[in-house]
Amino acid sequence: MESTQQTESKIIELKPFTDEMIVNMGPQHPSTHGVLRLELRLDGEIVREAIPHIGYLHRCFEKHSENLSYPQIIPFTDRMDYVAAMNQNWGFCLAVEKLLEADETKDFEVPERAEYLRVLICELNRIASHLLSFGTYGMDIGAFTPFLYAFRDRERLLLLFEKVCGARLTYNYIRIGGVSEIIPLEPGSIAEQNYLDEIEGFLDYFEPKIDDYNDLLTSNSIFSERTMGVAVMSEEMALSYGATGPNLRGSGVDWDLRRDEPYSIYDRFEYDIPVAKDIPELGAVLGDCWSRYKIRMDEMKESVKIVRQILAEGLPDGPVMADMKAVRPPKGEIYFRSEAPRGELGFYIVSDGTPKPVRVKGRSPCFSALSALQELSRGLMVADIIAIIGSIDIVMGEVDR
Amino acid sequence: MPEILSESFFPKINLQESSNWAKDFVQEVVIPRLPEAVAGHFSVELLAILVMLLCAGIFVAVVPLLPLVLVLAERKVAARFQNRTGPMRVGPWGTLQTLADGIKLIFKEDYIPPQGDKILFMLAPYVIFACSFAVFAAIPFGQNILVSDFNIGIFYIMAISSVIVMGVIMAGWSSNSKWSLLGSLRSAAQIVSYEIPLGLSILTIVMLVGSLSMSQIVASQAGGIFTWLIFRSPFTFLAFFIFFISAIAEVNRTPFDLPEAESEIVAGFHTEYSGMRFALFFIAEYANMFAVSAIAVTLFLGGYEGVLPGYDFLGGLPGFVLKTLGLVFLMMWLRWTLPRLRVDQLMNLCWKYFIPISFFNIFGTGIWGLIFETDDVWSIGISCAIIYIGLISAYAIAGRIFARKPEPQPSSA
Repeated sequence: MESTQQTESKIIELKPFTDEMIVNMGPQHPSTHGVLRLELRLDGEIVREAIPHIGYLHRCFEKHSENLSYPQIIPFTDRMDYVAAMNQNWGFCLAVEKLLEADETKDFEVPERAEYLRVLICELNRIASHLLSFGTYGMDIGAFTPFLYAFRDRERLLLLFEKVCGARLTYNYIRIGGVSEIIPLEPGSIAEQNYLDEIEGFLDYFEPKIDDYNDLLTSNSIFSERTMGVAVMSEEMALSYGATGPNLRGSGVDWDLRRDEPYSIYDRFEYDIPVAKDIPELGAVLGDCWSRYKIRMDEMKESVKIVRQILAEGLPDGPVMADMKAVRPPKGEIYFRSEAPRGELGFYIVSDGTPKPVRVKGRSPCFSALSALQELSRGLMVADIIAIIGSIDIVMGEVDR
Repeated sequence: MPEILSESFFPKINLQESSNWAKDFVQEVVIPRLPEAVAGHFSVELLAILVMLLCAGIFVAVVPLLPLVLVLAERKVAARFQNRTGPMRVGPWGTLQTLADGIKLIFKEDYIPPQGDKILFMLAPYVIFACSFAVFAAIPFGQNILVSDFNIGIFYIMAISSVIVMGVIMAGWSSNSKWSLLGSLRSAAQIVSYEIPLGLSILTIVMLVGSLSMSQIVASQAGGIFTWLIFRSPFTFLAFFIFFISAIAEVNRTPFDLPEAESEIVAGFHTEYSGMRFALFFIAEYANMFAVSAIAVTLFLGGYEGVLPGYDFLGGLPGFVLKTLGLVFLMMWLRWTLPRLRVDQLMNLCWKYFIPISFFNIFGTGIWGLIFETDDVWSIGISCAIIYIGLISAYAIAGRIFARKPEPQPSSA
C-alpha cells in the first residue's frame, strides 16, 4: 500500500498539473477582424488550442441568391469581402459572363473599355484592401500610427471609387456585361481625363509612401521580432488547407491566377508576382507571419505598376456595357475563380435557363486560410494568435457569407 | 485659552525634522501678522500643522491637474504624429476636452461585476491612485518646492511605486474576468521584473552621490550640464537609458503596454471598470508617467538645477517641468511609433540584457569611484570623452547591423 502511494506521489511530481483556462476571444474583441470567435485553451500565456467558431456574420448569401435575378445578386457579393468589394463584384460577374458566353445563340462580349475600367478599379481596390490589411496588422501588433496612415491613403482611393459609382464601401459597380454607367465617364471627355489625372496623382503620392511604411513597420525590429519565425505555414500545409493568394505566395508557392490562368485582359500587362523566400540575414522564415505580410506590401507596388500601364495606354473608346437585354444564361453550370486581394475567389453557379440561378456557391479564400489557424496557433502565445489572424488577413463577411 | 488649543494638549507629538520649515514659517511669518489677541490662542505646532495641511491641499489640488493636461497633450501629440488635429471642439483648440471627458465619466454608471469580489474591486483603483500620487511627495520640483525631504527619498519612491502592482492584481482578480486576470498577472510579472534594473540603475547614482535623499542628489548636480549625473561617468550614462526604458515598462506604456494591450487582452486589468473608477486608473497612469519622468530628471538630468554653471538659466521649477515634459514627450513619441513586445521578449530584455548591464554598471561605478576620488574637470572630461566615443562606435556598429539590406527581389513571372 505504501509503495503504491509513493509511486503515485512520484507521478504527481513528474506531471506538474496546471489549470487550463478556457477563454472566449470574440466575437466582440478588438482584433479578431470582425466577429470571429476563438475558443482558446490557455495554459498561462501559452495557447494549447485555438478553435475558431464562425457564423456570426452569416447572411444566407447563397440561399438568397436562389431567389434573385443575376444582377440582383451583385450587391450581395459586395457584402462578402466588404474591404475589396469591387473584386467580389468582378468575380461573380466573370462567372456569369462565362455562362453567358456558352450560349451560342447570342453573341456576348464584354466591351474593351469595360475591361480596362474593371482592371483599373479592381487593382486600385486591391491596393485599398492591402492598405487596410497593413494598417490593422500594425494595430494588432501594437503600433497605432500605421493604421491611420493607411486609412489616410485609403480615403483617397475611396474618394476615387465614389467618383465612379457613388459608394465608398459596397460599390455594385461591376455589372454583368460591363461596368455601371450611373456616373457617366464619357470617352475622351474632360471628366475622364480629370479622373485619370487624379489616379495618377494618387499613384505619384502613394508609391514613395510604400517605402515609408516599410521603414516604419516592416523593418521595425520589434515588429520583426513579433512576426518573423512565428506560425510558419509550410508549402505542403498551405496547399493542403487550400490557402490562396498572399497566404499561399507567403509560403513560397508561385501561383497567381492573374498570370497562370489569365482572365479579362491581365495578359496584356507586365507585372511581377511577389513570392516569399527564406531571408536568413533578416531572420524571416518562409511561410511565417512576416512573409505573408510582406507579400501584401510588395503586391501594392505591383498593382501600382498595372494601373500605371493602363494610365499610359489610356482607356479605349466604346461602350462600357455589353449589348444585351436581360441576363438569362443558358442551362448549365460553371465554376470560375479569380484572384481577389485575399486569394482565389470562386463562384459555382448552376443555371436552369431562367433569370434566377438554381444554386450559387462562393468559394471563400478567407475561410480556407482561417481553417489553418487551429494548426498554426498550437503552442504559441496569446499575442501570437493575434499576429496570425492579422497575417492571414481574414474578412469575416467572406468567411460566413 | 481653551485647553484643546494649548501646547499642553499635544505634548507627545514630536514633529519630525521635516516640519521645521513649517514651524519657522509660522514663527517668522504667521505669528507676527496675527492680531495679538488671536495669536495667543494658537500653539506654534498647531499652526504649523495647519500650514502643512494647506500646502498639502495646494499640492493635492495641483497635481491631479497634471494628468488632465497630459491626457490632452497625449491626444494632441498623437494627433500630430498621425496627421490629425486631435480634439478641437470643447474649448479653444479642444483644451477643455479632458474636463468634458472627466464629467462624462463621473456621470457614468458605476458597474461592479456581480460575480466579482466587491470590496477588492472598489478598493483597487484607490490603491493605484493613492500610490501614484504618494510618489509626488518626495519629488523636489524646485529649491524649496518639496513636500517632504526624506533622507531616504528615492527608497521611499521605489517602495511606494511597488505597491501599485498590488492594486493591479486586486483589480485583475476581483473583476472575475479572464482578460483582467491575464492582464494583471502580466503586469505583476512585468513590474516585479523591471523593478530590478530600475533599482540597480538608481543604485549607481546613490553610489556616486552617497545619499538617498532627493534634495541631496539634486544638490550634487549643481553647476551646469556637465555636472549632471548622467555625464558624471560613462556608467551613469548607460544607467540613464536603462532607467528610462525600465520606467516605461514600469508605467505600462508602449512598447511595454502588455498589461493593457488592447489588441490582445481587450483592456487588461481594467476591462471591467467603468465611470469614475476607470478614470482613476487613467489619471493614475498619466500621473505615473509624469512621476517617473520627474524622477529621471531628478536623478540624471540635474533636477531643478540650471544648464549653465552659475546661472539660473533653465533652472528652478520651470526648468524642472520643462525637462520632465521633454521626457514625457519622448514617452509619447515612443508610444505612437513602436509596436508592442511579446511577454517572453519583454522578460528576455529585462533578465538577459538590462539586469546584467546594470550589474556591470554598478561594478564600473565602483571602479570609477576608486580611480577618480573627487569629481573634477578631469573625471568629467574623461567621462564625456568615453561617452562620445561610445556613442559614435555604437552608431557605427548599429549602422552596420541594421543597414538597409537590398530588398529581396520578387521572383518574376
